[in-house]
Amino acid sequence: MGRPAALKRISDSAWELPVTYKTGMRVPARIYATEKLAAGMDDAVWEQAANVASLPGVVKRSLCLPDGHFGYGFPIGGVAAMDIAQGGVISPGGIGFDINCGMRLVKTNLGRAEVEPSLGELVEKLFSAVPAGVGSSGFLKLSRSDFRDVAEQGARWCVERGYGWSEDLELTEDNGCTPGADASKVSERAIERGFSQIGTLGSGNHYLEIQAVREKDLFDADLAKAFGLFPGQIVVMFHCGSRGFGHQVATDYLQLFLSVMESKYGIRTPDRELACAPFDSPEGRDYFAAMTCALNMSFANRQMILHRVREVFAEVFRAAPERLGLHMVYDVSHNTAKLENHVVGGETRRLLVHRKGATRAFGPGMAGIPERYRLVGQPVIIGGSMETGSYLLVGSKEAEEAFFSAPHGSGRTMSRVKARKLWRGRDLQRDMERKGILVRTASWSGLAEEAGAAYKNIDEVVEAAERAGLCRRVARFTPLGCIKG
Amino acid sequence: MSYRFLEDVAPADIAFEARAEDLPRLFLAAAEATLNAMIGNPEAIRFAVSKAVHLENTDIEMLLFDLLQELIYHKDAGRLLLRVRRVEIEKREGRFFLTAAAEGEPLDSERHERRADVKAVTLHRFSVQKAGKGWKALVILDI
Repeated sequence: MGRPAALKRISDSAWELPVTYKTGMRVPARIYATEKLAAGMDDAVWEQAANVASLPGVVKRSLCLPDGHFGYGFPIGGVAAMDIAQGGVISPGGIGFDINCGMRLVKTNLGRAEVEPSLGELVEKLFSAVPAGVGSSGFLKLSRSDFRDVAEQGARWCVERGYGWSEDLELTEDNGCTPGADASKVSERAIERGFSQIGTLGSGNHYLEIQAVREKDLFDADLAKAFGLFPGQIVVMFHCGSRGFGHQVATDYLQLFLSVMESKYGIRTPDRELACAPFDSPEGRDYFAAMTCALNMSFANRQMILHRVREVFAEVFRAAPERLGLHMVYDVSHNTAKLENHVVGGETRRLLVHRKGATRAFGPGMAGIPERYRLVGQPVIIGGSMETGSYLLVGSKEAEEAFFSAPHGSGRTMSRVKARKLWRGRDLQRDMERKGILVRTASWSGLAEEAGAAYKNIDEVVEAAERAGLCRRVARFTPLGCIKG
Repeated sequence: MSYRFLEDVAPADIAFEARAEDLPRLFLAAAEATLNAMIGNPEAIRFAVSKAVHLENTDIEMLLFDLLQELIYHKDAGRLLLRVRRVEIEKREGRFFLTAAAEGEPLDSERHERRADVKAVTLHRFSVQKAGKGWKALVILDI
């Protein structure tokens, strides 16, 4: 099919589909991409961004970010804000199955030369301490009742029990506990699926990496200093979500919304995966409360993984984590819907912002950013493929047009099934080792599916985001060691 | 009955098409494909645990959806890998009733070749359709 004829280029990094493009669109659909990225976008992105623009209560425009690709309902990289006072809806398809899949970046005061001799031991011990892959369970043994507390209290539950430092909460989006969680709105099935999985990575594109900061990859000395980064530094980055718990919450409410959307609320959508209900309805409020439980479980999951990372570093380098400088830079969420204030038509309105495979990216001075970063803006962590690298960026004032949102990763260009045919996991591991990246994986075929060439070029995605004013580059990180599920 | 994974559908996930001569066999094939998305060698699963599955739905597509979700649930809740061994489907008063026997064992990373931790069955392009003299289903699993 290719690019729609109605697509209009509005800048060197943004394109728009007008409301006349598709019957039912209430607002235009904007896609952020350079010419090259737009040429490579899969056709589904244009249609899905247009479908999102038809949802009740959507304001200004639906968006797709430069890492956008096919998703369910919303494209991955899709953003839409709904006015909840005007019948705006909440949709599981605008959040994704892996609720609060997110990134955590942890710095160290170790240099590359200090870590490289112990890299093999470090990777091996991390692989054993942070379970990955299908069928894995965490070291934390919880009752179902404890798990409900975790779902309502998030990372705070972990820190109060000694699995972290109080500063970790300050450096986590929503302080690691998004308000509004109510575990009574979560099914027993969801709890059964998740209660043994806290502290586990999962599989697919989830990972834990040891990365290095090269001098040439620090793009802004002042910003790097603000986030505590220096040339040659070792950092740890990981990506994971709410595991089976969040997946079941999404599945439960997708089915509930399908059963009431048209019969009770008279809403029709062009795609079943866009099933939704008014935010201000019993079903909408219940989903928001359950989804928030999954947000909090995911913050707790990443908090427990950080605890294990600190234990492993302490063991390998025979020093306390505090002495090794294992402080967080930040923790960001990807798959969320959050109530936020945004200016629309000159007035501040309370909006429900869906970000699916997209990062919140608040600009300098905004409330909701840790005090220590308030003047520079919110850290934005963008994970690349395991073979290429990842980025730290910072939110920008100009991102208001995009409800302060930024990309979340590289974005896939090749299917998993095809990648599995093109590469063999064991060969890929050897090739990466030759390039200086040690990999341990729970699944050889899973490793092959994650080959760098199956993804868009992370540098191009980040450049497009920066050119569009969504965020500014701070540093690029080079992978040295990688744990894959 | 058979299934095949599809290359050009759902880049970030796993899509498959299942085919069979009747609905019970179609459901068996789709269940086997879902299991094969989780591990590379379903034939290595020993039958140590049995689970009886009883489901009902007004929609035959959603009945398949429910069966596949059942396998995903057991994979997380009990780390159980289940092979569906027998499926019976009845239609009464506008509703479909499924009875299935599933057998398997907890995941053993020494013997089971781990693949993807399947998150969910999606409804994108999800379908159960007549195809010639038999049936076919298209399923995309979220990974």
